[in-house]
This record gives sequence, structure tokens and C-alpha cells, in this order.
Amino acid sequence: MIETQELTKIFDDFTAVNQVNLNVHAGQILALLGPNGAGKTTTVRMLSSILRPSSGWAKVAGYDVYAQPSEVRKMVGVLTEHHGLYGRMNAEEYLIFFGELYGYSSAHVLNKINPILEQLGMDQFRKKRLGEYSKGMRQKLALVRAIIHEPPVLLLDEPTSAMDPESAKIVRSAIKSLSNKERTIILCTHNLAEAEELCDQIAIIQEGRIILNKSMQEVKNSLVGSPVFAAKFVSSMEGKFSDLPDGVQIVNRNESIIYFKVENPTVQNPVLIRLLTEKYDLVSFEEVPIKLEDAYLGAINQVKMNNNDE
Amino acid sequence: MMSNQLKLALVITKREVRDQFRDWRIIFPILGLTIFFPFLMNFTTAQVLQFVNRYGATIVGERLVPFSMMIVGFFPISVSLVIALESFVGEKERGSIEPLFNTPLLDWQIYIGKLISSIVPPLFASFVGMLVYSVGLIINNVPLPDLHLIIQIIAITIIQAVVMVAGAVVVSTQATSVRAANLLASFIIIPMALLIQGESIVMFWGNYVTLWWVVFGLSILAILLLRIGLAHFSREELLGRDIDVLNFRWGWKVFRMNFFGKATTLKNWYQFEVFPYIKEIRYSILILSLLVVVAFFVGRSQITRFEFPVEQLGVENMQEQLTQLSQNWSFGNFSPVITIFWQNIRVLLLAFILGVITLGIFGVLPLFASIGIVGYIMGLLGNAGLSLSTYFLGFILPHGIIEIPAAVIATAAIFQIGVIFATPDNQQTIGEVWLKSIANWTKVMLGLVIPMMFIAAMIEVWLTPELALWLIP
Repeated sequence: MIETQELTKIFDDFTAVNQVNLNVHAGQILALLGPNGAGKTTTVRMLSSILRPSSGWAKVAGYDVYAQPSEVRKMVGVLTEHHGLYGRMNAEEYLIFFGELYGYSSAHVLNKINPILEQLGMDQFRKKRLGEYSKGMRQKLALVRAIIHEPPVLLLDEPTSAMDPESAKIVRSAIKSLSNKERTIILCTHNLAEAEELCDQIAIIQEGRIILNKSMQEVKNSLVGSPVFAAKFVSSMEGKFSDLPDGVQIVNRNESIIYFKVENPTVQNPVLIRLLTEKYDLVSFEEVPIKLEDAYLGAINQVKMNNNDE
Repeated sequence: MMSNQLKLALVITKREVRDQFRDWRIIFPILGLTIFFPFLMNFTTAQVLQFVNRYGATIVGERLVPFSMMIVGFFPISVSLVIALESFVGEKERGSIEPLFNTPLLDWQIYIGKLISSIVPPLFASFVGMLVYSVGLIINNVPLPDLHLIIQIIAITIIQAVVMVAGAVVVSTQATSVRAANLLASFIIIPMALLIQGESIVMFWGNYVTLWWVVFGLSILAILLLRIGLAHFSREELLGRDIDVLNFRWGWKVFRMNFFGKATTLKNWYQFEVFPYIKEIRYSILILSLLVVVAFFVGRSQITRFEFPVEQLGVENMQEQLTQLSQNWSFGNFSPVITIFWQNIRVLLLAFILGVITLGIFGVLPLFASIGIVGYIMGLLGNAGLSLSTYFLGFILPHGIIEIPAAVIATAAIFQIGVIFATPDNQQTIGEVWLKSIANWTKVMLGLVIPMMFIAAMIEVWLTPELALWLIP
């Protein structure tokens, strides 16, 4: 659905996006992670045919972003970082206006938006001036605007930045409700928890370059290494465990919890659990979830180390 | 197909107009200027008419009525500038233009939609204001200006609104904040204020044909500005570049690239930069050469209009004057050479400044005026019985053969600024185009015009008086 090859954007003497290769299929949600100024917004603007690539190419829903900009824009719904609403209009007028720009009649737009506004809990505010909306409400309305023409591709550029946790949660659940098998979503964010919650694939962009592009699980595994398990005991375990099975090592411990790293969990975990239950009062044994944050920092550090080596 | 596309542009117009009518900061000034101001102007006109009629100066009153009508019409359209800046830069600043750019609308549809919405409401207010003023005149038993003049005033009002809004769009493409745009708007406000003063003089002078020339000149300027605005109102240019920051390094880079090109030696520079550029501007040179001929005949035709006592030219004692001149301007005396040279360069610098701020249009005026004066003087001398060919051969040709082509080339390089703007390349910003034009003009000046002007000044000082003395009986 979205394919880019060596996509590059240069402003005067500054390279904002540098040879980006992406391939996102229908039904996938890709998180484009990166710090501020990494090139996320420029990438989104190129994918929505607002900016022309300096070199390389990109295809969105089968259309070339350079040669077929109007077609691309019909296929894409964009939620920009700044909601860009008109404060003196109400929600209904605003959506009708954008609907008309896509060639729909006002009656058609009204029919279409009724269930969406209801789903997002905005129905009772449809006649309220947008200037009086809260941040979360504005972003939700901007999201409705982005999908008013039912685009197969959604580009969401930092949809929850500078939002309070409650508003961000509302917007995240709205985004979740928009994903389906036919729709491709790219979510630009530097909020790792958000990416973890919503996306199944991540690409990390730094200084305009994609430094990592994998599925969420692959990223976690490759950057953080083999899984870590936590065993919790009833009493203190200070000074215990000298005879561990092969392939098991203690990576951390506190009074009653011990963290093990296991090379092959399917083979070694049953042995380990048996050993622990036989000898000690084991309360629980579970895998420690790997945080995307660790993976992200791992990737960034790896790039830094590579740069230093060079 | 076209009407469908225009329909989409009008969707934007509709929204923007509705938005304007919800903003009290726009509504109140427009209402004031539409209703209150015409009443005030009516009252003032009636008072002035009473006063001047008391002293029999009825002509002042007659001229005041259309002038006041023009002012009543102008004030509401001045709001269009504010609306346009708000509509173009304001949206950019608030980030609401990006969702618009994400729709399938073409750049020109957004541009036209916004342009119409900026022009129509103030223009409508302007017409209502003029109507209120006219009704007031009728009630006060003051005769209305004749229909021809009213049509002229309406035409001027419309074209002024278009020029202001089109200018505001060009300004908007060069600013990312309303504050920056307001600062840049002085490039529109100051020329407009000067224009209104000029129009006032023309109206009191009663030379109404000149007003059609004003309409004509403004129409050309409007077309040029609309074209520039249309070319530079693009998604890429509006969102892709940081234009509020004055980047001297980048500016110097663009200038240097266009000034030196790839030349490494002086010979190279002439070969690959100066002469090819002269070839590039050959059509401008041709147009300017024709303009020189036109200016000469226009100047000559003015002798019947502006009479000048021939004796003031000192024709009788010309030989004596020339003898004295050739003695003072002896060979090797560089002082008069520098004076003449600097005078000519100063005129070309003035032309350059005028050209840079008016997109090349008024840059041709100094050359036109100088040649017009030559034509006028030759006309006078002809009337005084002097042989024109003798005058031309003796006074003009020796140095003019170098000086006039140099002036034409320099002015053509200024005129080219307008040509480049009229054929915009949306791959380049207005700033880049401007810097490129300045670099090219500098190239021509340093490479050709300045040396030619210096040689011409030397000939004018050391050779022309001698030749004239030899030729004049």
C-alpha cells in the first residue's frame, strides 16, 4: 500500500530525509519513531504529495507521489500535528466544508459523519464553535476530517503530542477503532508507549535515515536480546542459588525476586521451574515484558556506536 | 470540467466569506467605511462646495466631488489587504492551511478561492459606500460626476483592489507569520499611497484621460502580480521552506553562483557569463531599443504642449559656449569625465532601484525620460532653425554611440527582472529569482556598462565639444 525507494528530501543544503525505504502493507500500522527534527513530518508530507521528493520515489495506494499528486491525496487522510481547525465554525460546518472539497454534498457528509461523531462521543458538540473545543476534542474532530473520504491510507503525524493523558487516551482509542484489514496507517510519534499500544511494525528514523524497520516483536528481540524471567519467592533469597542449570544466568536480583536470562526457554524453563519449586517456596514465575523504550534506546545507541567506530 | 474545478475553488471562497462576516474586527471597519464615512464625506463636500462657491471657485468644487467619491471607494478596499494577508499567511501561521493542502484541490484552486474571497466583500462594501455617497449628493442637490467619470472611478477601484490583494499574496508567499507579512505589506501600502496622491493630482488637474492610463498600468501590474502569486502559491513553497530567516550565506551563495557561474578567469567570465547573458536578454534589448525610438518621438511631440523659449538654450552664442567648454574640458582633465560618468551611473542606479521594487516596470522610466528630453530639445532646436542632423552628429552621436547602447543594455537587465517574474519558475523562490536578477544586472554593469559609460564620458568631455565646434556653423 505504501512503498518508498531511496526517498530523499533536501532543503537548500539540509538533507531532511535521506534515502528512506519503507514497505507497509494493507492492514498494517507502522510506527515511525524518532526524535524531533528526525524527518518524520517531511516524510509524511512527501507521502501525501505536499512536498516533492528531491530524489527517489514513493507510491501510495498504487499512485506515484510525484506524478499523480491529486490521486494520492484522494487516497490519503492526514492528521497533522496541529489540528488546523477554524475556530469560528462548528463541527458540522467544518466537516461539510471538507466533504465538499472531496466532492460530496452536504447531505451525504451529514449522513456519513453521524455514526462517527456518535462513536467518538462528539455528537452533542456538533453545533459548538470549534474555538471552544478542548485539545482532545479538536484532535478527534481533525481525525474525523482525515477519514471523511474513507481513505485507504492514514498518515497520523504526532496525533497526541502536547495532549493531556486523558485526551491522548481518547485519541488513541479512536485511532485503534479506525484500523482494519484494508487500511494502512503510518503513525509518527516519539511516544513509545503509544507506538507499542497501536502498532505492529516500527521504523526508527534518525537524522533523516531509517535506522531500523522491523515488526514490533523482532525489534524487541533483536535489540534487547533473549527474554528475561522473574521468579518471586515467599522469603528472602539472599546468598542462594549457586547451582544453576546450563544456559541460565541471573541478571538481577533483589530480596525476594530473582531475574533469570534463559538461552532457550522452551527447554530450560521447565527444568528451572522444577528446580525452584522443589527447593524453595516459589510464588510466581513469569516473563518480564520487554519495553519498546529499551529497544528504541538500544537502536539509537547502536547507531551512535557505529558512527563512533567509523 | 473547468466549471467543476472552479466550483471547488468557490467552496473555499464561501467558507472564507462566511468566516469574515463572523469576525467583528472585519465587520465593524467595513460597516463604518460603508455607511458612516460616506456621510462624513458628503458633509465635508457640501461644506467645501459652499465655501468655494462663495468665492466663485466653482471648479474646485466640481473636481472635489469625483475625488471624494474615489476616496470613499478606496477606503473599504484597503481592508482587502488585511483580509488577504490574514487569509493566506494567517492560515499558514495557525496551521490550518495544511489540512487544505491535503485535499485533492489544485494549488490554483486554493489560490483563486482565497483571492476572490479577499476581493469581493471589500469591493462590495466599496460600491455600497459610493452608492451611499451618491445618494447623499442627490439629497444635497449636488450634481453627480458624469457617467464616464463614475465608470473610471469604479474601474480604478476594482483594479486597485486586485493589485493590493495580488500583491498581498506575493508578500504572503514570502512570510510565515502575519507579523512578517504586515512588515512586508509596506511594499504595497507605500506605492498605493503614492498612487492615490498621483490620482488626486490628476483628478484636480481634470485630465481624466490619464486615469485610463493609470487603469491600464495597474492592469499590467495586476496581471504580473497574479501570475507571480499563482506560480509561487504552491504547497512545496509554502510548507517546504523557512523564509522568515535572513540567510546571508545562502543569499551570497545564490548571488555568487549566478554572478561567476563556472568561470575561473576573466576571459572565461566574459565568454560563459557576460556575453551569453546579453544573448539571453536580447528580446529585452530589442524592446528597450524600440522604446528609445518611441521616447525620442514622444519627447519631440511635446514641444507644442510645453513651450520653451529657444533663446534660453543659448543657440545664438553656441559657438562661444562650445569654445569655452572645449577649453575647460581639455584632454586629460578627468574631473568632468568623472562628473558625467557618475551622473550616468546614478541614473542607472535609480532605474535599478525603481525596477527592483516594481518588478522591472518603472525601471525603464529614467531611460525613457532621458531620451524624451533629448527628443524635446532636438525638437526645439529644429524649431529654432538648426539642422537636426548636424546637432545629432555633433552633440549626440560621438559619445551616444556608446552611451545609449550601454544605457539600453543596463535597462534591459532591469526590465528582465519583470520578464523573469512574468515567466515564473516554481522551482525557485521569489527571493532566489530576485537575487539571480540582481546578480545578472551586476554582471552586466561591471562587465560592460560601467566600462562603456566611462569611455562614453571620456569621449563626451574630450571629443564631442571639439566635433560640435567643427560641425556647428
